[in-house]
Amino acid sequence: MKLFPIMGGIHPDYRKELTSEKAIVTLPMPATLYIPLQQHMGAAASTAVEAGMLVKKGQMLGRGEGAVSAPVHAPTSGRIVAITEVTAPHPSGLPQMTILLEPDGKDEWAELPAPMADPFTTLPQQIRDRVAASGIVGMGGATFPSAVKLGLGNQYKLEILLLNGAECEPYLTCDDRVMREYPDQVVDGARIMAHALGAPKVIIAIETNKPQAIEAMSKAAAAFDNVTVVGVPVQYPMGAERHLTQAVTGRETPARKLTADVGVVVHNVATARAVHNAVRFGRPLLSRVVTVSGGAIAEPKNIEVPLGTPVSVLLAFCGGATNAKRYISGGPMMGQPLPSLDVPVVKGTSGILALTKAETKESASRPCIRCGSCVTYCPCGLVPVEMAAFIRNDKLDEAAKIGVQDCVSCGSCSYICPSHIPLVHYFNYAKGRIAALDRERRKNEQTKALVEAHNARLERQAQAKREAAARAKAQKENSDESRANA
Amino acid sequence: MSIVVDKSGPFTHGSNNVQRTMFTVLAALAPATMFNLWLFGWPAIFLFLVTMAACAACEAVCIHLGGGSIDDVLSDGSVLITGWLLALSLPPWAPWWVAVVASAFAVGLAKHAFGGLGQNVFNPAMVGRVVVLVSFPVQMTAFVPTKPLFSAGAPGFAESLHITFGKAVSLDGISAASQLGFIKTEMARGVPVNQSMDQLPALGDLLLGFHPGSMGETAVPLILAGGLFLMWRKIISWHVPLAMLGTLFIMGAVFNAVDPGRHASGLFHLISGASFLGAFFIATDYVTSPVSKSGQLAFGVGVGLLTWIIRTYAGYPEGVAFAVLLMNALTPILDQHFRPRVFGRTRKGAPLPLRGDK
Repeated sequence: MKLFPIMGGIHPDYRKELTSEKAIVTLPMPATLYIPLQQHMGAAASTAVEAGMLVKKGQMLGRGEGAVSAPVHAPTSGRIVAITEVTAPHPSGLPQMTILLEPDGKDEWAELPAPMADPFTTLPQQIRDRVAASGIVGMGGATFPSAVKLGLGNQYKLEILLLNGAECEPYLTCDDRVMREYPDQVVDGARIMAHALGAPKVIIAIETNKPQAIEAMSKAAAAFDNVTVVGVPVQYPMGAERHLTQAVTGRETPARKLTADVGVVVHNVATARAVHNAVRFGRPLLSRVVTVSGGAIAEPKNIEVPLGTPVSVLLAFCGGATNAKRYISGGPMMGQPLPSLDVPVVKGTSGILALTKAETKESASRPCIRCGSCVTYCPCGLVPVEMAAFIRNDKLDEAAKIGVQDCVSCGSCSYICPSHIPLVHYFNYAKGRIAALDRERRKNEQTKALVEAHNARLERQAQAKREAAARAKAQKENSDESRANA
Repeated sequence: MSIVVDKSGPFTHGSNNVQRTMFTVLAALAPATMFNLWLFGWPAIFLFLVTMAACAACEAVCIHLGGGSIDDVLSDGSVLITGWLLALSLPPWAPWWVAVVASAFAVGLAKHAFGGLGQNVFNPAMVGRVVVLVSFPVQMTAFVPTKPLFSAGAPGFAESLHITFGKAVSLDGISAASQLGFIKTEMARGVPVNQSMDQLPALGDLLLGFHPGSMGETAVPLILAGGLFLMWRKIISWHVPLAMLGTLFIMGAVFNAVDPGRHASGLFHLISGASFLGAFFIATDYVTSPVSKSGQLAFGVGVGLLTWIIRTYAGYPEGVAFAVLLMNALTPILDQHFRPRVFGRTRKGAPLPLRGDK
């Protein structure tokens, strides 16, 4: 299959060998699960249970709220201990509503929705409903509710479901292992998703540093004419949605549009497996595969983890971490720093990394020497050096003008910068500020519009009063006149 | 357990850093420098050391005045490059005070007055060279024939000390013109370029460096090797050197074909003066050249063109330093006008049209 080049990008030290040959193992059920009501983009789920209730495995604990949301389910049977605020697995370290579940060890299933025997004759809407009810979100880390994304076929004419098995982040091997160990589930899930989307073709893209995954997936896909497996070059950030689309189809998604605008929808391989389980067996999303790795971890592993498991339990299962400089959720390039080791694994947690000082290679930042590496390696064609200079001088408008909002925060510029300038940090700050200023501006405009409408109304009322008074006066004068005439 | 979260990712980093970059450049310069120090003997070695020491001292003073820590002075290696390139751009037997004045202007004025590393608009080494070139034209154009270390006729250690540090040293008896200077003075006497070129050493000798010139101008193959090494190490890219040398060659070749009596050939321009040193080590200076590849191409073309114009039509025989400084002044403008195309956008910055849209 013909591939297309993508611009920029880097070749970081991948270190996937730490876990790539470690088969997925199942974590023993932890003593307590901490299940946040928000594990996805969009509105938080609302509580569907109360403290003290006994729940079964797969029972809904939190209800999806509104168009963009997802429910959460009980990963095992047990008792709801409390519903309270717990530190979120987010760099802010802010608390969020979390359901505490104490497993009873029986792992008893609740009554599940009926399996769909032949999903390909089922209406797409029914599949989307099932995916929505199963709480499936983008498992590559974006955590956008999958059912919403599967509805794109209603608005766009789609040609390709692009299944993202690039896994371009260093260290992470969870997708690699899922593809190697459950290729049939992934391919089946992908076909079901393509049916829901109305996309005739499925292309599964895998970076060529995962030859066994390519082989396993090709074998699983061989029976289906419309499913193709393609090896894509090892080049970070190949797994970025727009870049993968470009590499595989040659289509460049216009700024501020979706890949769906060019006929492509991208889903992660682990999401496809979750869809398979939801549609074929009625099982909601209860667990995910997490890569626990990094030089500080005694025994790096790929683990099937019940959602809500505290990170500390996961680390203990891997023999603990020593000399860790950084704890990260996700990959080292785009992952988030963990605010605490007590936070739970959620639907978007692809990896838990404990990196040593030698791995993070952190160093104090020095003056920029304008080497231009950031410009050369930016996969989005931006000029990071200039954007950072604007942001440092608080010229956010200027930074926006040269495209800071087009930055995907892939981190290539920061990675390559010889002066160790935290460029992405600047850009994330700017993007947040610009969004906040935008909201404020919209609010001001709204307030202004309301005030103006209010003033106009008062003016209209005053005018009406004046006119009424004038009319009354005229009438009175008229009648006076007619009286006088009379 | 709570962890302080102080920055966003990435949480890994490439092995590159400023220091490594700077020392790679020095390593690339080393062979050509060694060769030239050998070629011009002890006076060149003394001048080289004086220039390096003066630049380092200026850097230390400036950083001290600016309230910085003296420990930082040499740590990034940038001042070593400035001193090194400045020394290579001086006539090898120039007196010590020329080097000191040049160093003070290079490091004090061109670099630190603008805010130090990364903030300077002009290439510090070239500012230093141009200041002494316009101030002390006699000393700056007193080139000597090559006298390799320990060869017959080469000055001994003591004599060399006198040449570099002595008072009222005159090189009149031994000085010789660089080939660019030679054809320029011959032109002034009415001798056409194609005739004066016949009196120069063979192109092969010129290429190998056995001719009078500034310290770093005369070892084309070694400079080229250093430049290719930097490209291999991805410290520089081909854009600036190729654009500059290409433009210089094409201008030389075209005008030589039109009027060989007035214009030297393209090849002569390439191997004369500081063409190679300038193309690979001076015009490629990170701080003072554009950051985008397209900008670098434009910059290189500009340097090549200006070099050719100055060499051909201006009063000075060599123009690389002036050309680089003039293009340095244009760098901020080039940076604004030569940006890469943003993903998903047209060159003008509008979102790409969708298929079906017009």
